Amino acid sequence: MTFDAATIQMLKTGIWETFYMVFLSSLFAYVIGLPLGIVLVTTDNDGIHPMPVLQKVLGTVINLLRSVPFLILLFIVLPLSKMVIGTRIGSPAMVIPLTIAAGPYVARVVESSLREIDGGVIEAAKSMGASDWQIIWKVLLPECRPSLLVGGALAVTTILSYSAMAGFVGGGGVGAIAINYGYYRYEAGLMWVSVVLLVVMVQIIQEAGMRMSRKGDKRIR
Amino acid sequence: MEQPIIQISHLGKEFQTTEGKVRALGDINLEICQGEIFGIIGLSGAGKSTLVRCINFLEVPTEGEVLFEGRSLGKMSPQELRSTRQSMGMIFQQFNLLAQRSVLRNVCFPLELVKTPKAESRARAMELLKTVGLEDKAAAYPAQLSGGQKQRVAIARALATNPKVILCDEATSALDPNTTKSILGLLKEINRNLGVTVIVITHEMAVIEAICDRVAIIDQSHIAEVGKVSEIFSEPKSKIGRQLILGDAARQVKFGNSRQIRIIFDGRESTEPVISNMVLACKTAVNIMYAQTRDVGGIAMGQMIVQLPDDEAEANRALHYLETVKIPYEEVSEHDI
Repeated sequence: MTFDAATIQMLKTGIWETFYMVFLSSLFAYVIGLPLGIVLVTTDNDGIHPMPVLQKVLGTVINLLRSVPFLILLFIVLPLSKMVIGTRIGSPAMVIPLTIAAGPYVARVVESSLREIDGGVIEAAKSMGASDWQIIWKVLLPECRPSLLVGGALAVTTILSYSAMAGFVGGGGVGAIAINYGYYRYEAGLMWVSVVLLVVMVQIIQEAGMRMSRKGDKRIR
Repeated sequence: MEQPIIQISHLGKEFQTTEGKVRALGDINLEICQGEIFGIIGLSGAGKSTLVRCINFLEVPTEGEVLFEGRSLGKMSPQELRSTRQSMGMIFQQFNLLAQRSVLRNVCFPLELVKTPKAESRARAMELLKTVGLEDKAAAYPAQLSGGQKQRVAIARALATNPKVILCDEATSALDPNTTKSILGLLKEINRNLGVTVIVITHEMAVIEAICDRVAIIDQSHIAEVGKVSEIFSEPKSKIGRQLILGDAARQVKFGNSRQIRIIFDGRESTEPVISNMVLACKTAVNIMYAQTRDVGGIAMGQMIVQLPDDEAEANRALHYLETVKIPYEEVSEHDI
């Protein structure tokens, strides 16, 4: 294995593609998952706006989507990418299956963060005449911010590992390099470099999430 | 003073659980007057927390009505209900402050809900923090405060929207005796200076005696008795009332099988050595099991548990003596203990 200019350029492109896929699909996954997580908590029987039927249906749909293995979901969803983006290969095409896979996951992560809130605080807000929206925006989300950030790091690292799998179907990114060189061409060196890159990315994301969470948490003296 | 601000009529609440219906409250009738400090006392599980939550409709009653200033909460639209809640502050045993907000922003919170301009709500919050003696803690976060300070912040927050009523749900139960005293003092001050009606839920008779004008005793989902604190103290009519007032006294060791009586001093005869006189007049000895003086609504009231002589005739003589000098007493029977 030689690290010539072409290899380094390839790795750079891979890192950029991974970043592109992870960033966009994380963003879209939260656009979908955050409201769903809020709905899961607020419409529960002991939530601020109980709607048990909606809660059950939504929970079931999320479980269904989450039980499909990502690689299979990729194959199922790629035709949709073809329709929407015009291609089924390359990083942009991967954003759609990644979002569909990660959205329900994010919803569950958000749900578990929001469930950490003390019911008494919500009761206090209600006693002051807060509306459901005010409780969500002014109590639920700000009070759970540290936990949401930790959950965010968890979700983004999961999306990163999904994005590596996208390499199998021509999705590009660091994962694709590991698969194409390491798996198909037996170039162990380049594979390990890719793996190390992924590990470093996970570390950075995790550490950033934890730091932001701790820094903003006012419960610590 | 005598104008009822809150009227509760035939209120009932049932909870649907997996084991069927559970009745938490039944046929509750109460009138709470403008400007008074009203206590609701009961043992845990009696339904008092549910009752206070029915007053601001955090729990919606399944029967009966709650009227606030003559208007039924049950007939209000969600918006009207929310604005009515802004006229009723509430404080809690666990304080329930927003952990991610500074003290100042916690007090601003109810004002934010009604979209008060920021500068105005900050000024109001600072003023309230001054009232509760915490203006130097404005920038602190709840985690940096002691329990008593947290409750003071909660009180400031509850006062932010100029409520007419403050509901206190076991507000001092998580605090030590000294802090309890200062929080109760603050509530009394607020009641006196701002004319805010205060409703206190507690399981501690001492809290009722310290600040309440009137009290309702709640037992097994029903109101056992209602009245002025001093009247209930000297003459509890219900069994639960006697138990709550006897408090520690009821748990004193009992010797032998002889009768015990509870003598009540309501401050008028305090100069007279009642027991000594009784012993001299009746030529019989009594055993003092327990004695205590409490400040009930500003009057020093005492109670004493006395064991009567074994001899029936001597015991009756002692009782007769108390009757002639008009000292209220009542027999303490086994079931009170």
